[in-house]
Amino acid sequence: MLPIIFVLPLLQLVILSNAATFEVKNIKFAYIDHDHSSSSRALIEKFEASTYFNVLTDFPSETQASSAMLKGEVDVVLEIPSHFERNLQKEKNANLGITINAIDGAAAGVENVYVSQIIQSYNKHIKTDLMQRLDAQIQPVNIASIPLFWYNETLNYKTYMVPGILVLLVTMITLFLSGMNIVREKEIGTLEQINVTPIKKSQFIIGKLFPFWVIGMGLLTIGLILARLIFDVPMIGSLFLMYFYTSIYILVILGMGLFISNFTDTQQQAMFIAWFFTVIFILMSGLFTPIESMPEWAQTLTEFNPIKYFVEVMRMVMLKGSGLMDILPQLIKTLVYALIMNGLAVWSYKKAS
Amino acid sequence: MGITVSNISKSYKDVKALQKISFEVKPNELFGLIGPDGAGKTTLFRILTTLLIANEGHATVAGFDVLDDFKEIRKHVGYMPGKFSLYQDLTIEENLEFFATIFGTTIEENYELIKDIYVQIEPFKDRRAGKLSGGMKQKLALSCALIHKPKVLFLDEPTTGVDPVSRKEFWEMLKRLQQKGITILVSTPYMDEAALCDRIALIQDGEILQIDSPENIVKQYPKTIYDVSANNMYQLINSLKAYQHQHSVYPFGEFVHYTDKRTDFNPKDLKQYLEAQQLSNIRIEKTQATIEDSFMELAK
Repeated sequence: MLPIIFVLPLLQLVILSNAATFEVKNIKFAYIDHDHSSSSRALIEKFEASTYFNVLTDFPSETQASSAMLKGEVDVVLEIPSHFERNLQKEKNANLGITINAIDGAAAGVENVYVSQIIQSYNKHIKTDLMQRLDAQIQPVNIASIPLFWYNETLNYKTYMVPGILVLLVTMITLFLSGMNIVREKEIGTLEQINVTPIKKSQFIIGKLFPFWVIGMGLLTIGLILARLIFDVPMIGSLFLMYFYTSIYILVILGMGLFISNFTDTQQQAMFIAWFFTVIFILMSGLFTPIESMPEWAQTLTEFNPIKYFVEVMRMVMLKGSGLMDILPQLIKTLVYALIMNGLAVWSYKKAS
Repeated sequence: MGITVSNISKSYKDVKALQKISFEVKPNELFGLIGPDGAGKTTLFRILTTLLIANEGHATVAGFDVLDDFKEIRKHVGYMPGKFSLYQDLTIEENLEFFATIFGTTIEENYELIKDIYVQIEPFKDRRAGKLSGGMKQKLALSCALIHKPKVLFLDEPTTGVDPVSRKEFWEMLKRLQQKGITILVSTPYMDEAALCDRIALIQDGEILQIDSPENIVKQYPKTIYDVSANNMYQLINSLKAYQHQHSVYPFGEFVHYTDKRTDFNPKDLKQYLEAQQLSNIRIEKTQATIEDSFMELAK
């Protein structure tokens, strides 16, 4: 059992961290060029030069392009109207048609930004071209923003995902193990033997907690080593602080698991309830979708989500180097949560029925 | 220091598991609860071991009330549930050590008490409990139940699923434990084991039918029992059941236990009747009543 507990989650860490990416690459790009002018070719060359786009083909007609999109062969279709170059030169204004496959809304949004960026830079070229020709005296006034990405300069999504996925693994393993535990003893009948002994409720619960707490900390350690060695995730903050917070956090999850275990009669029931909570906690943790973009009521709910605090703390400490004072609000909330959950676990464990 | 039970009732939703049960187990007595499956034996055990709270009634174990002094009871009783409930992935020795520790004692401290039993399984002490045979599991469970030197020992169907030799050994062990001053309450569905108890309570459908020593229960059997045998067992039972004067007919090993309604019953009448039913090799002999006969009579 012990190898399974450690090997499988770490495999998940390696696989998920590499696979779960928000970056949109290899966009299948096609175009319909009605103009066949030097301007239109220059625009297409810009797309060919981009690393994000795989320029596949040009379609002679719109119908063929849309049927190809229906089959999923292309993601983005650029339509250059006839007289594109003429309009650009004469009226200094031209329209382009962009069709984006938006089944995955988030990806479509990103693709739109990429396309706009390329067209904008093309636009700038044209502008200077046209201006030189028409009126060299007037200097263009341009406002450009140059973003700086702090704490993750290269926008490496792995830096962002690895701490989060590590949180998930530590949470899921400890929750499932503790959730199955007491109920398993109920099933095999060993609990009955324990219940006729003078052992105190709190002693029993602590005895149940401790091994899983050690496993959780062990999992964190191995996960951090992998994060460092394989993914080269920066660890700016104090490791001690990370462990200190995790040691309290695991108590919350274990208390929750034991509470579930006390209320159920079979392992299936416990499994189902544990699964219900993990799915909600994970999807509302801010790991995959930002909490800020959730509706108000959902944001309020996330206040009760321990995973949210763990994800925040891990990212803050690992990537930003936050200190004790920075994570104090999360730390206090987690501590209160741990006290409540373990209190409930002790209370709900009844030796007599 | 024994057990007193007065008017204990317990029901699970619509099922009445126990109905106003009352009895007393004297200190240092080996008391048997005899009844078929579903009679309420386990429910009663769970109430007395403070695992279950009765709907009505009072009970004391070793002088402690099961409701008010449940903590004391847990220190002073040993309980061996019907289902093997030790840790299967711990070895014999680890299990014993574990339970000794929980009770705040050590194996050495009470080794005298379990010595007889433990020496039989000691050669396998590094084997995991899950890998033991039925008889060995039962010996280990008994050792664990005794490790803290309990005043009262509860054994819920300890011999169910155990081979006849181990069963016999087990009852010998119980007798020895009784001599060491332990009050024992044991339940069993086997009527032949009942005769080994000091006193027994016959229990069925949550009600006690009779409480007495096994000898007295047998003595009080109201009828004369005849062993009847013939060449065809099946036909014999059917014929006897169809006989107008029959009081009870139960198969009992190679014989049929037969009682008659009439007080002036003459076996010859029965023999004639059976011969008329084309049965041969008919033998009819008087025999002693057993606990089983008494139980069947009371349960009628």
